[in-house]
Amino acid sequence: MPINPAELLYSDTHEWLRVEGQEAVVGITRFAQDALGDITYVELPDIGSAFQAGQTFGSVESVKAASDLVAPADGTVTAVNTALEDAPELLNTSPYGKGWIARIELTAKPDTLMDAAGYDVFCATEK
Amino acid sequence: MAEHRTPLTQWHTDRGAKMATFAGWLMPIQYEGILAEHKHTRGHASLFDICHMGEFRIQGPGSDAALSRAASHNLATLATGRCQYGFLLNTAGNVLDDCIIYRFGEEDFMVVVNAARTANDFAVLRERLPHTVSLEDISETTAKIDLQGPKSIHALENALKENFHDLPYFAFRKTTFNVAPLLVSRTGYTGELGVELYCAAHNALPLWETLLADSRVKPGGLGARDTLRLEAGLPLYGHELDETHNPTEAGMERMLTSEADYVGREGARTLRECLVPLRVEGRRAARNGDIVALQNGAGVGRVTSGSFAPSCDCVIALAWVKATHASEQNFIIRAARNKLQARRTDIPFYKDGTARAKLT
Repeated sequence: MPINPAELLYSDTHEWLRVEGQEAVVGITRFAQDALGDITYVELPDIGSAFQAGQTFGSVESVKAASDLVAPADGTVTAVNTALEDAPELLNTSPYGKGWIARIELTAKPDTLMDAAGYDVFCATEK
Repeated sequence: MAEHRTPLTQWHTDRGAKMATFAGWLMPIQYEGILAEHKHTRGHASLFDICHMGEFRIQGPGSDAALSRAASHNLATLATGRCQYGFLLNTAGNVLDDCIIYRFGEEDFMVVVNAARTANDFAVLRERLPHTVSLEDISETTAKIDLQGPKSIHALENALKENFHDLPYFAFRKTTFNVAPLLVSRTGYTGELGVELYCAAHNALPLWETLLADSRVKPGGLGARDTLRLEAGLPLYGHELDETHNPTEAGMERMLTSEADYVGREGARTLRECLVPLRVEGRRAARNGDIVALQNGAGVGRVTSGSFAPSCDCVIALAWVKATHASEQNFIIRAARNKLQARRTDIPFYKDGTARAKLT
């Protein structure tokens, strides 16, 4: 079962990154949304704000838990998925599609991320 | 210490339920998802494995008078075939546990207690009851399954081929399932019409599967049970009830009608803090332990439970607030990630619950 798309990169805090030239799209993984359960709120970053990999750039809340969003790469936010404000459940139903969180302009090449095969193994160790 | 397992634990894990330890028991938190299970309960009917809760049998000459002194329940008004909600208090009048007492007969009772409190409650009751009164912990051999939701009675009648429309709120009846005893109690913890079912542990799985065979019934986990009870404004021991607050502070003074000289009676009405229901602005939830402050920033309390409320479509919370400030209308909640605005509201948060529906 292809759970995690092969064309994406993954962080150990369960965000994904889809590199598109100098830009990249960021979201949370299927594993992350499953661990959180029904998501009820997404705090999106401000457009224009800059983050380094590892910094908190937003947060998500579910019925039972709250979790920070951790930037998977260095970049500046150029767009956010405002649909999540009214439909945070898109993170559950479409984590790799309609549930994307932000588009960033990369300011450094991401170098600490896993490929899909590596992330599959990582998830298995996270239980 | 190994986790306790209910007669249904294997069933839950086989169906891929998310499991977690609650009060030492491995319990299902969700199957399909908390929101879906919550909404199914409000609209149809859900089945909950509640086998972790404790049950005691108290009987023998003098048990009525002794139990009336041991717990806050007004047994003078409790008829056989009826049950009543009340408290086990410490000598200061604060809450050791909340529990339901069933009257099986003149001198014959069942007490249903919280899982985490079972051992302590048993020790307290043993100490308070004379040795001529028999007290037996029947938790191990007793299974408890809750069927809750507006379709619950129809589903139960369909499964047991027996009429339960004549069973009033907080009444119970003994019947049989699989030629073994089954106790059907018109009570629950969701704010919806429903029953709590007690049977022998070995009968739990057949009963569970028989009830689920009805297409209106789906399994619900403890996650949905918690959002359902919070919307209904029902307290959870360890959150809204504890050994430092009394029933009056928790908004339960109306339950203190017993004229018996029960333990804690004197202190049960002292008001230091009040449990205040709050409607929180925005979609971000307040959580247990968050500080509650006045508009000027002065801390006056703390959140006991908070959640997005699926049937209210907003965030709700309960909080202890100093009695001197409990009538304030507006509060600030210092949540983990930012400050939230909250406004006093009233309970139940969800007004359309069917729990008290008259069926005849």
